[in-house]
Amino acid sequence: MIVTILLVAVAAVFSQNFILVKFLGICPFLGVSKRVSSSLSMGAAVTAVMVLATLVTYPLYTFLMVPLGIEYLEIIFFIFVIAALVQMLEKILKKFLPSLHAAMGIYLPLITTNCAILGVAELVLKADLGEVAGVAAGISMNMGFALLYALFSGVGFTLAMVLMGGVRERIEHLPVSRHMQGFPITMVTACFMAMAFYVFSIL
Amino acid sequence: MNKYATIAVDGLVRENATFRLVLGTCATLGLTTSALSGLGMGLSVTVVLLLSNTIISLLRRLIPSAVRIPSYIVVIATMVTLLRMVLDKFLPDLYEVMGVFLPLIVVNCIILGRAESFASKHTALESAADGLFTGLGYTFGITFIGIVRELLGGGTFFGLRVTDFTIGFFTNAAGAFFVYGILIALFSMAIEGFGRSRRRKRANLRIPDGEEPLPSPEKEATL
Repeated sequence: MIVTILLVAVAAVFSQNFILVKFLGICPFLGVSKRVSSSLSMGAAVTAVMVLATLVTYPLYTFLMVPLGIEYLEIIFFIFVIAALVQMLEKILKKFLPSLHAAMGIYLPLITTNCAILGVAELVLKADLGEVAGVAAGISMNMGFALLYALFSGVGFTLAMVLMGGVRERIEHLPVSRHMQGFPITMVTACFMAMAFYVFSIL
Repeated sequence: MNKYATIAVDGLVRENATFRLVLGTCATLGLTTSALSGLGMGLSVTVVLLLSNTIISLLRRLIPSAVRIPSYIVVIATMVTLLRMVLDKFLPDLYEVMGVFLPLIVVNCIILGRAESFASKHTALESAADGLFTGLGYTFGITFIGIVRELLGGGTFFGLRVTDFTIGFFTNAAGAFFVYGILIALFSMAIEGFGRSRRRKRANLRIPDGEEPLPSPEKEATL
């Protein structure tokens, strides 16, 4: 059991990293990774919403939509759940934790259209844990694993964001060819990071 | 220039979704290991964009501006759900390849972006044209990246063997970032070079038609 949990954690953070291996959530990775601090806030916000969204969408799908035979409505249902959650979270943070709201508040509205959130909600619907996390095949998926996978995917997302933020703080001071500035140089940097993460997946 | 020609040039070249605006990057990186899956994704996005742009444009006077974003998302999500059913039924192979990226068309920034910035302000026919050409521009970009990666990484062109010399790097995740980054830079160089040669030609011919040279579109900060 503990081995399975560890395997899922390592897979979600390193070998199946959401950004660098699965290519989900690339927009914030390119858009808001200019500073380590903003990367960290964005990562924390995404992780929180990922876990909360999975907490709602997984039971909604398993206990309501499958028995009623309306699985085909999943996209519409999920996007609404995510949008509503983001709104709620923003209101709650503003009311009770204004300092935290100030730190990651501006990133919250952006999260609604983040592929990583809808991606995790869709991915955990598969029946076998091996299909979802890429390891530990043959174990059936349940609520606990879904949440665990969402949490560690968020951690992997944050890790990649923070690493990128650190690299970009340095790149700013380097002479970069005019055409390579902005997205191209960020992509090439991401290429080298992806190479490093690729090693985890062939271990 | 005529209105529709401007829309076409903007969608295909000047505001090319893949290379100029850098939108919808997740699928561009994830589905370009082969040219065919890139083409499939591009055409899927084009269909959704065409339909959602047209419908949103027709409804633009009925949708209250306070709830416009949720309304757009409902329209887009409905189109994606329909597309998903159609692909599942008629093209099961493509459906398998696209996997999680198919439902993720809903949160593709291009579609919501065009709905908000174009379809909500223009007539249905113009919006349809904009959807079609933006979609085709995206299809061109994603297919081109797919062709490059497939040729260098697998030695094939749309599945036909061309060469036996392959570099595995290009089919990896790292290769995707590399090819995309380099192609964005080359595309911006090409556009600038084209604009410069056109300006020079115009200066030589001395035709003061008052038309501005190709503006360099600002890189929009994507979310």
